[in-house]
Amino acid sequence: MPGPIQSIQRAAEVLKLLAHGGAHQLSVGEIARALDLAKPTAHGILRTLQEVGFVEQEVEGGKYRLGAALFQIGTSYLDGNELRAKALNWSDTLAMRAREAVRIGVMHGKHVLVVHHVFRPDNSRQTLDTGALLPWHATALGKALVAFGEWPDGDLQRFTRHTLNPDELAVAMNEVRDRDWAYDLHELVEGEASVAAPIRDRRGVVVGAIGISGPVERLCDSPDQPPRLELVSYVREAARSVSRELGGLSW
Amino acid sequence: MGYIAAIDQGTTSSRCIVFDRSGGIVSVAQREHRQIFPKPGLVEHDATEIWTNVQAVVRDALQQASLTYADIAAFGITNQRETTVVWDKATGEPVHNAIVWQDTRTDALIKQLGDQDRFRERSGLPLATYFSGPKLRWLLDNVEGLRARAERGEVLFGTMDTWLIWNLTGRHVTDVTNASRTMLMNLETLDWDPELVAAMDVPREMLPEIRSSSEVYGTHEGVPVASALGDQQAALFGQTCFAPGEGKCTYGTGAFLLINTGDKPVHSQNGLLTTVGYKIGDEPAAYALEGAIAVTGALVQWFRDKVGLISSAAEIETLARTVDDNGGAYFVPAFSGLFAPHWRSDARGVIAGLTGYISRGHLARAVLEASAWQTKEVVDAMNADSGVDLTTLRVDGGMTANNLLMQFLADVLDVPVVRPIVAETTCLGAAYAAGLAVGYWPDTDALKANWHKAAEWEPSMEPAARDKGYRKWKKAVERTVGWMDEDDD
Repeated sequence: MPGPIQSIQRAAEVLKLLAHGGAHQLSVGEIARALDLAKPTAHGILRTLQEVGFVEQEVEGGKYRLGAALFQIGTSYLDGNELRAKALNWSDTLAMRAREAVRIGVMHGKHVLVVHHVFRPDNSRQTLDTGALLPWHATALGKALVAFGEWPDGDLQRFTRHTLNPDELAVAMNEVRDRDWAYDLHELVEGEASVAAPIRDRRGVVVGAIGISGPVERLCDSPDQPPRLELVSYVREAARSVSRELGGLSW
Repeated sequence: MGYIAAIDQGTTSSRCIVFDRSGGIVSVAQREHRQIFPKPGLVEHDATEIWTNVQAVVRDALQQASLTYADIAAFGITNQRETTVVWDKATGEPVHNAIVWQDTRTDALIKQLGDQDRFRERSGLPLATYFSGPKLRWLLDNVEGLRARAERGEVLFGTMDTWLIWNLTGRHVTDVTNASRTMLMNLETLDWDPELVAAMDVPREMLPEIRSSSEVYGTHEGVPVASALGDQQAALFGQTCFAPGEGKCTYGTGAFLLINTGDKPVHSQNGLLTTVGYKIGDEPAAYALEGAIAVTGALVQWFRDKVGLISSAAEIETLARTVDDNGGAYFVPAFSGLFAPHWRSDARGVIAGLTGYISRGHLARAVLEASAWQTKEVVDAMNADSGVDLTTLRVDGGMTANNLLMQFLADVLDVPVVRPIVAETTCLGAAYAAGLAVGYWPDTDALKANWHKAAEWEPSMEPAARDKGYRKWKKAVERTVGWMDEDDD
């Protein structure tokens, strides 16, 4: 059996790199440097990808970005804006039931990208943080995503004395996989907690997570206890409803 | 009896949403129906298909939440407005496809009826192809034998609320909000106006009885059918805009800004419509001023279906974010003329400012920005008519999921844009009105307590950029008018 085809591997690396850049575009030189490729090699790959519409340039000789053909391919790619549109009703309902702020996150490189945010329904002054990045290892959203995906490399910053170390995190992730929901307790901010559950697409793949966050006094029965099961059930029900909306569940 | 089921018979689909007492959504079911385009400018729906879909979505929504009819305290109805259907009283068969609000076939008839403001005093509306009365007249003139059958009382006229209530309960009624869009109702008396009916030349016998928006019209499967509101008025109700000066803008196929003006109709000097906001049982009616924009979400749909650069409406934001601005391109989607504040049926769409620099990303931006600039035009008209400047815009509808648009809207209006926690205010309004009628909710204060802010976008655009953008937008609008000629169909 022949081994992996190097040029396809390299092309995939280029696409991943451009995807992680988001709206930020990259030049041939930047791509070559980032992937440790010779510039002519990088150029050849980009030219081929351009021919099939997977990457594009604003102007001849300019920087590269992902092409429109990629947007149309496949079920494997769920647009964050699409996820927000599909989740709108269910995230609202979750915020009303739990009386807490709701966020929906997807993995973006090593971080959780907030694609949707619903204010806590008390009409207090709050700021929309759609587009913000959160650390995955200290949030329920991130744990719910990573437990069913790839463990991102890189150091895990310690935010509080409760932030989990890699060993504790590995144990926690097993629990998340068993229970199908995740929580954080003082791990990002002292005195705050969060609960989240995974959202699945029609193939059962986790494509996002939905959750609530707020002060420990409101979410937990006592400061060292996981969030109340009533709140957990609201979060899981919302996750199931969004999954159903995506065709991920038939009931 | 724990829930209220709202039926939303919309332009592209019919939906049923089941709500609980806090206004939270319990289940949603939806079915799209066919858009029938016999010729450019003509849009029809099959009313029988719609009735079948409505029955199906009610079943689906109940089933999803494992509910039976016994769990439902009332049905509420909200509907696409102005869409006109005539059916046989004995068989229930429509005599023709329903003529949809966007349809411009009555253009010649409108011109023939005379000055644009001829019926404005009585009906609150300018003469335009948009409204139901002229559509009914077209059917009477063009469906063979229909006028004679109408005079013999064999056929009935209705907007979609009437069609559904007749099928659900057997009664031939409409509500004041839907009736206020026919151009046949007198705004003061809230009854069919003999002069308007005579001028439009339609037989009085085929018109439904006009009732309030919130009362029990009849029952279906033992459940009271207890509200009817045109979709925009339902959204006003769902946003709990019960006090004069409170208003909202709903972004769907088109966009509609409505402001509650209290118990007196206010006549616009700036191209807005005067309409009924709602009427709860025997209480006095609340009137509203309305800025109607024909094409907002429909432009995104067009971009998806006819241009094909995106495969879902939400992806337009992704595409638009590949660039930083519109690159100088402006898209005025006057697909069926311009509605408020211009009311020009001779206008057609324009993409202005095209250069070789413009990419698909710029076009996506221009598509989204069109919704915001059109809103600015009606907000300006609203401010001029009321003499008071809008300080916050309450928004709802599917397009509020589009962050880029909501931010741009705050930027061009220079006021905060606020989304309530239930974006589905149209269905919520129908549910609220039905729930009030059967005592599920005690009063409007209880409904107001359910309103919460779910998101807020603050303006952050430089005044100079806003002024320049608006100037260019207005120049683009100028380029759309007068496109249609006498010999155009």
